[in-house]
Amino acid sequence: MFYSTKGGRIMSELTKLKISEALELLKNKKISAKELVTSHIEQMEKCKNLNAFITPTIDYALEQAKISDERIAKNEMRKLEAIPVGVKDLFCTKNIRTTAASKMLSNFTPTYESTVSQNIADNGTIMLGKTNMDEFAMGSSNTTSYFGNVISPWRGAEGEELVPGGSSGGSAAAVAAFASMAALGSDTGGSVRQPAAFTGLVGVKPTYGRCSRYGMVSFASSLDQAGVFTRSVEDAALMLEAMMGFDEKDSTSLNIPVPNLTKAMHESVEGLKIGVPKDLMEQDGIGRSVLDMWQHSIDILKSEGAAIIDITLPTAKYALPVYYVIAPAEASSNLSRYDGVRYTHRAEQEHMTLDEMYEMTRSEGFGEEVKRRILIGTYVLSSGFKDAYYTKAQKIRRLIANDFNNSFAKVDAVLLPTAPTPAFGINEKQDDPVAMYLNDIFTIPASLAGLPAMSIPAAMENGLPLGMQVISKALDEYSMLRVARGLERNIKIDFTPRGF
Amino acid sequence: MAFIEGNTGIWEYVIGLEVHAQISSKSKLFSGSSTEFGASTNSQVSLIDAAMPGMLPILNQYCVDQAVKTGLGLKAKINKYSVFDRKNYFYADLPQGYQISQFYYPIVENGVIDITTEEGIKHVRINRLHLEQDAGKSMHDQSPTSSFIDLNRCGIGLMEIVTEPDMRSPLEAAEYLKKLRIILRYLGTCDGDMEKGSMRCDANISVRKPGAELGTRCEIKNVNSVRNVMRAIEYEAMRQVQILESGGKIDQETRLFDANTGETRTMRSKEDAHDYRYFPDPDLLPVRLEQEFIDKIASTMPELPDDKIKRYIKDFELTEYDAAVLCEDKMVADYFEEATQNVNAKIVANWVTSELFGMLNKENIDLVDSKIKPVHINNMVALIENGTISGKIAKVVFEEMFKSGDMPDKIIKEKSLVQVSDSTSIKQVIEEVLLENPESVEGYKSGKDKLFGFFVGQVMKKTGGRANPTMVNDLLKEMLQ
Repeated sequence: MFYSTKGGRIMSELTKLKISEALELLKNKKISAKELVTSHIEQMEKCKNLNAFITPTIDYALEQAKISDERIAKNEMRKLEAIPVGVKDLFCTKNIRTTAASKMLSNFTPTYESTVSQNIADNGTIMLGKTNMDEFAMGSSNTTSYFGNVISPWRGAEGEELVPGGSSGGSAAAVAAFASMAALGSDTGGSVRQPAAFTGLVGVKPTYGRCSRYGMVSFASSLDQAGVFTRSVEDAALMLEAMMGFDEKDSTSLNIPVPNLTKAMHESVEGLKIGVPKDLMEQDGIGRSVLDMWQHSIDILKSEGAAIIDITLPTAKYALPVYYVIAPAEASSNLSRYDGVRYTHRAEQEHMTLDEMYEMTRSEGFGEEVKRRILIGTYVLSSGFKDAYYTKAQKIRRLIANDFNNSFAKVDAVLLPTAPTPAFGINEKQDDPVAMYLNDIFTIPASLAGLPAMSIPAAMENGLPLGMQVISKALDEYSMLRVARGLERNIKIDFTPRGF
Repeated sequence: MAFIEGNTGIWEYVIGLEVHAQISSKSKLFSGSSTEFGASTNSQVSLIDAAMPGMLPILNQYCVDQAVKTGLGLKAKINKYSVFDRKNYFYADLPQGYQISQFYYPIVENGVIDITTEEGIKHVRINRLHLEQDAGKSMHDQSPTSSFIDLNRCGIGLMEIVTEPDMRSPLEAAEYLKKLRIILRYLGTCDGDMEKGSMRCDANISVRKPGAELGTRCEIKNVNSVRNVMRAIEYEAMRQVQILESGGKIDQETRLFDANTGETRTMRSKEDAHDYRYFPDPDLLPVRLEQEFIDKIASTMPELPDDKIKRYIKDFELTEYDAAVLCEDKMVADYFEEATQNVNAKIVANWVTSELFGMLNKENIDLVDSKIKPVHINNMVALIENGTISGKIAKVVFEEMFKSGDMPDKIIKEKSLVQVSDSTSIKQVIEEVLLENPESVEGYKSGKDKLFGFFVGQVMKKTGGRANPTMVNDLLKEMLQ
């Protein structure tokens, strides 16, 4: 190890640690919280060009590091003491500006803390900053932020800039670039899993209801779920144990004990039944390397003693249109509160009527993609069209959930790619929203069914990572992590971006 | 039933009412903020009420209890499955940009309220009762250039109670409102105070030739007293008749009542009607009720006014009128029943409805502030019944109790008001009277029966009204023979 002697440590190497390793070193007083945090702050500086953070919270982080060091000195270490994290700017943070990457909230500072960010802070994590994202979590490439695009630490073959995926692109970039050991994201239709796949990270969305939505700026309430980015399955398990849990401040939060997920790290996949949806595998448009990764993952699990079972998800092909009806419908209503009356941006003009104030404020305050989705959502709920769109979509959503339920009668987990392609160039697909929406084709079914799902890096295509997705039945994050860990153990690829 | 005399014959009123009843609850429907009336502006606003980013509604269980209780009081069906929907529209005093209401699956359906009309009892069917949030208040009169918003009311729980179009006159509408208010107050689920806005009414009105199909209706918004509901209906129905009789058509629209002019005017036409884009609120779970829970609420139900009236008539032999008067307010009924312990309820009823109410009205005092408590009336009636005082003396005692709040026996003692019931003393007084009035005695004996009253009066005068009137009668008759 590089840091075996005190003083002889190479600071930048501290950012490469796994969470469990960092905790061990802190506990044995081989490193201090201050050193751990400072090394990450230096790394944040170095990769500033990625634009991963909207609001860095350096002073706050250093203060917290001091507190952590005091606790460590007193042997009062918490479960995630001093672990430097990024927090997606969708989570409200007390006395720290929270923007949802929108002009609308560009001057909004909450007086309250979201439950999930509070939960991890209570376990000792130290927030380095609020990470960039697509505006109001709407996007698949992190190109809709009012605060500018996030650039992936990965580069194309010609050195061209790539998207980190979205909407939690800042969190993904921060962890992939070693500027945080973990980062909170939110996943509505794939906003954690897809950027995880694009940046070579582990990205987990637990069961809908596992994490409280209290204090998380709403996009589509029936789908929104907090998630996490890490560089290993074990790190994800540690973070999830801290994030999850019942919260009486969210009616949709599930009152079910949090499982011991780190235990799953030591269990093999032997005896697990893995479902592979043949019908989806055979559909057009999936790239060769994605199919190869899929097959390779199946082979690994089989050789580790899991049973591979063919399943079908016949309604999953409707997931994308269903999602792009339901999510905008809910968003159109959830975003009504940003009206210029209270804490948001407000258009400045003399003698506005109330309606003019609304129109101008919302025209100025929201970006293109957000406006597009508000319009779609308003349309699909409007009288005369609602039955054809919203009501029908809800029915199909139920059928998709039923498909999964039927499968889970036979299998413990379902294996799917996370995204159909690796990360694309920052200027690609910008003029074609439908092509952009297709990114989410594999992540959306689990979102609609409220199931736990995660992406783990499983292959490379032309030097860029690809993600494999593991979906398990509701509340069975344990089996999901077992499968992911089984893959991780056997995939011997270094998912570090060039130059990091 | 009442008809409108038009130029082409008579027209019938068709009226349905939507009442917004503020739920009696210390905290709001989806937040812990206080609902206290009259607090300083924006002092009772939580993060949820102000619709801050990431804030989520949490259903107040007590408001559900209250809605179920009200549903049972309306003899309605309690739905074991109900759902909160969002009603989307923009307004400055609606921070969320939507009102949380129950559109598709209300918590209560199919109830009934019986009202008394000239033709007898009439059933007004309740279509539904659903839970919803109140909005805040916009104030446009504070500044010439700006409007101000008070969010204290924002998020307070309301029960919207909707009738079928069953009422056929302004008076029936008024009777319905009064009856509903009585029931809500009995249940303790709404204070029914229209002045404070805790009960507000929208009226749907159409007219038709008797027996014809339903006409096009107009909705009159936010009428704030029973009297104004009647005025609004009268004006609006007449307006519609005039349009129809001059060959016009009624436009379905929402209208506002102006209490100053007594007129209604267009608020928004059908074309301008909002598209509320109702959909189930994904932040809230459906409300599922167990039969056990409903039964538990049912076991806490008070006796309702209709049942109470029936019991008073049957058990206490009260007139329907007296029974109804006593049952209009649960507090009065409780007062009355407390005063009837072990004494004749009919006598108590008379004292309460005539003497007590008369004095309270005259002095403009509320029953709760009255110095005469049930125990006073109870003791007094007991004293009448055992002959200690006469009814006439009781009036003196009553007035004194009203002023001082002293118990009747104390008043009687201090004022020496005990009834004289011993025949020797009464005979002695009668003798005196007869001796003092020989001409009248002659006159009576020669057939002027009317003079009997004169003798009674003289005896009562001499005894300061304390002589037992029955005995005076009997003894006088005997001694005048």
